[in-house]
Amino acid sequence: MQRTAKLWLLVGLAAYALLPWYMIPGGIWSPDWLATWTTDARPALFWALGGRPWLLAPLVGLLGAGAALVLLRGLAQARALVASGALGLVLMAAQGLAILGNRARFDALEGLTQPGMGAGALLVAAGLLFILTTGISGLGRGRGDAFITGLVGAIVALVGIFVFYPMSFILIRAFELRGGAGLGLSEFLPRFLSPEIWSIACLLGTGYCGAAMNSLLLGLATATGTTVMGLAFALIFTRTAFPAKRFLRVLTILPIITPPFVIGLVLILLFGRSGTITEFFADAFGWEKTRWLYGFWGVWLAQMLSFTPIAFLVLIGVVEGVNPSVEEASQTLDANRWQTFRFVSLPLMRPGLANAFLLGFIESLADFGNPLVLGGNFNVLSTEIYFAIVGTVADPAKAAILSLTLLSMTLGAFLAQRLWLGKKNYATVTGKGDSGQHAGLNPALRWGCYALALPWAVFTLVLYALIMFGSFVKLWGYDHTLTLEHYKRAFGIIVRNGVHLTGAAWDSFLTTLTIAAIAAPLTAAVGLATAYLLVRQKFAGKDAFEFSTMLSFAIPGTVIGVAYVMAFNFPPIELTGTGLILIIVFIFRNMPVGVRGGIAAMSQLDRSLDEASITLGANSATTLRRVILPLMGPAILAALTYSFVRAITSVSAVIFLVSARYNMATSFIVGRVENGEFGIAIAYAAVLIVTMLLAILALQLLIGRRKLRRADRLQTS
Amino acid sequence: MKLSSISALALSTALLAAGAAQAETLSVVCSNEQSWCDLMAQNFKIDTGIDVAMVRKSTGEVLAQIRAEAGNPKVDVWWGGTGDPHLIAANEGLSTPSGVDTSGLLGWAQNMADMSEGRAIGVHVGLLGMMYNTEVLAEKGLPAPACWRDLAKPEYKGEVTVSNPQSSGTAYTQLATLVQLFGEDEAFALLADIGANVNQHTKSGSAPGKMAARGETTIAVGFMHDMVNLKKQGFPVEIVSPCEGTGYEVGAVSVINGTPHMEAAKAWVEYVISPEAQSRGLEVGVFNIPSHPESATDPDAPDMTSVKLIDYDFATYGASETRERLLERWGADVKAKGGNFEE
Repeated sequence: MQRTAKLWLLVGLAAYALLPWYMIPGGIWSPDWLATWTTDARPALFWALGGRPWLLAPLVGLLGAGAALVLLRGLAQARALVASGALGLVLMAAQGLAILGNRARFDALEGLTQPGMGAGALLVAAGLLFILTTGISGLGRGRGDAFITGLVGAIVALVGIFVFYPMSFILIRAFELRGGAGLGLSEFLPRFLSPEIWSIACLLGTGYCGAAMNSLLLGLATATGTTVMGLAFALIFTRTAFPAKRFLRVLTILPIITPPFVIGLVLILLFGRSGTITEFFADAFGWEKTRWLYGFWGVWLAQMLSFTPIAFLVLIGVVEGVNPSVEEASQTLDANRWQTFRFVSLPLMRPGLANAFLLGFIESLADFGNPLVLGGNFNVLSTEIYFAIVGTVADPAKAAILSLTLLSMTLGAFLAQRLWLGKKNYATVTGKGDSGQHAGLNPALRWGCYALALPWAVFTLVLYALIMFGSFVKLWGYDHTLTLEHYKRAFGIIVRNGVHLTGAAWDSFLTTLTIAAIAAPLTAAVGLATAYLLVRQKFAGKDAFEFSTMLSFAIPGTVIGVAYVMAFNFPPIELTGTGLILIIVFIFRNMPVGVRGGIAAMSQLDRSLDEASITLGANSATTLRRVILPLMGPAILAALTYSFVRAITSVSAVIFLVSARYNMATSFIVGRVENGEFGIAIAYAAVLIVTMLLAILALQLLIGRRKLRRADRLQTS
Repeated sequence: MKLSSISALALSTALLAAGAAQAETLSVVCSNEQSWCDLMAQNFKIDTGIDVAMVRKSTGEVLAQIRAEAGNPKVDVWWGGTGDPHLIAANEGLSTPSGVDTSGLLGWAQNMADMSEGRAIGVHVGLLGMMYNTEVLAEKGLPAPACWRDLAKPEYKGEVTVSNPQSSGTAYTQLATLVQLFGEDEAFALLADIGANVNQHTKSGSAPGKMAARGETTIAVGFMHDMVNLKKQGFPVEIVSPCEGTGYEVGAVSVINGTPHMEAAKAWVEYVISPEAQSRGLEVGVFNIPSHPESATDPDAPDMTSVKLIDYDFATYGASETRERLLERWGADVKAKGGNFEE
């Protein structure tokens, strides 16, 4: 404990005395700031001595910790470390929140200003935080393991700063009274409970449902559908001898890597009133051409296409992980294959099913692109929130109230999932040798899976063939002359005096890839670290911790976007207009998928593995690295893939955060779709799809399969 | 070191801060079509030597963003998009007068500058109109609409698509136009009748036109320059200028209050109202009417002399109180009463 605390104290002190405290133009990695080290890029120590005495605040914590390390021993030292770390952090946050970029928050501090915090402040805060958590471990919490308490502390701090802090800016709007009369419940309750949100008239056949009811029904339908479909695909992969598995695998990930709007556009071209398939049935059978696609069923279909892969990614690891020995045991006990599946395998897959359902439900609630294109007059919360913010009469209070509605639904789904899973143990990957074979599916179930999954796969294939086709024709749907013009306009290259990227899309394409490539590993790291804590460690407030990490996923992207602009446009943390804010928003928006996937995979790994490792003298960090991580291959792959892909395809969160310098591909595509230039939008989407496909294949090669047992065998006879 | 993974995370975060390097560049947010945004930025860079970073966002998104960023804007200039949000921004003090000379511009552009005390300057006019898909109309054996009142005819039941004024500026322009043409009570009665024929109130103002072009609906209401663009792309559509007369929007350019690049911002405003810059819009299919009288226009584009125009009162109908009152009444009289007809 002492060594760790000393190390972080040194880091904190060095940053305080040497590194520039505030943000500097050019950033910390360009050596420019060395030249201005005595002026703008001064470290906190010089600022504090030269006119900004409030910067002495963090030093109080550091000096306190130093004194504790020198003077005290044992429990007293640990207590003093906790106190000084906490004091330092509180004082540092207080000065940052009290004295803003262009004004001070309190009249007493009139006239004081300071820029946003920079590298020095970041490291001092990290030093203080880890002094605090090391102190907590010294008190015997977290099994006295400084790594565990440090990890919990870091994740709590990150979620606090990048989820709760910005969200507080927007949620407080829900309680604002009209005309700037302060805050209160008198307007919140009637608006929150209004029929505009909760009406169930459509179920009774008397009119339209409220947006919340629509979202709820759609979410349940989508979650059920994607979980069943995902399970069918996962079973085909692991429990049948289906010949074209690899091909099927590619197909199942295609929808997840498709930029928003594209699936909606293709569906319109197929099933819209003038769609190809609609025309065919109208001509062949004289069916009336209708606009059924614009509404619940259209959105549901698009969401099924988009989110089945997520369920599949969660379920494949879980289905694979079920120990064949228990299935064999079941069959030895004279159960047939259906009974084995129904009463042994399926219950063991519960964590996967529950997580897949939860993700499907939340994804459906937060989905923005599909309801926008196909919703027709079917209003859901996510689009209502968007238009409450950007509509002709901006109503942030309404947006905040609708966001709260959405959040409460997520909370409900989360609690229901906990209830269903209960306190049972699902560990089936143990250290004990197992040499069993997975039981194959009984024929009825196998054909059931085929009947469900294969037409779906064919349907997906047709859609993607059409997308490719659409990018090569002049005017999709009308003029099918083949042309490369769209690609030329988007990705033109001139080789003359060097290589010039003249296409309109290059700029946003390269920015998007860079940002996604940086965000993906960070997202996976934060997500899996959180999952590790949740599954493997016990600490106070674990349930609240778990829910808080899920929050950012449930909040609609638009709300997060506006909240980030409100919170991070001013000191103490000034990030708008940078690429960093995009990376951060992706990390904290996509982290929950890493968490869910990690939890599902980790709850299958028997604790005896960790215990054996610890008994053999490894600490928890080594155990995590050498034992748990290698067994987590599919979960890591899923987290990396998902966060990379989501960083490229997400749209609602980034609309407000993209800046002229850091523009994203989706925002470019939306612009073209708005203008009716489907050709170039689809060509761009096709290039993105191919790029992401290559990236995913590379990741799969890199991470490879985990080896759970000597060979994954399947009982075929 | 035990906390290596966390410190690696922290360090990489700091590393990224490096990518946040800010150079001296004019930051422009553009609410026109993407290709027009790109072309203007490129030409400005070539002609003035000032570096421009450009991003396209819809007017509602821009307004929400500059409100959130008020006091410490990250955007220097807002170019394009309908004038109403520009006027709201001017009223809320989000934009600042650029001091650019507007005397050479057409009357409506100067009028815009007068109304906003120089904060928003008119750059183009877009005329409101109707469009129908010729193939679908023939297939259904329906007559072509010619007037606003035609849209209320019972034979068009389920064939008309308009946007929702609560989310779209285009639809609000239509609402205000009808109120100015027929008077408030009659306009709402007409809108309710049209509402009974409407198959969908789209969120986006440009969506109805695109749906009609692809045959997803039969008749759409929107801005005529977008419709000319769709027609030139090859869709089977015809554009109608309503017989009773029609309204229009004035697109504007505003300098954001608190910009650190005032000189460059002013250069941008001067540039986008110059005839040389405006004329180039034809290269990328911009068919609205530019604000400089010497700018080139396309023969197929709608022009203000051949269309019967109302004298659109921006001061009254752009004001927040009028707007909120009309939209509330629209919600009660039109949206609640049927409409939203699903086949």
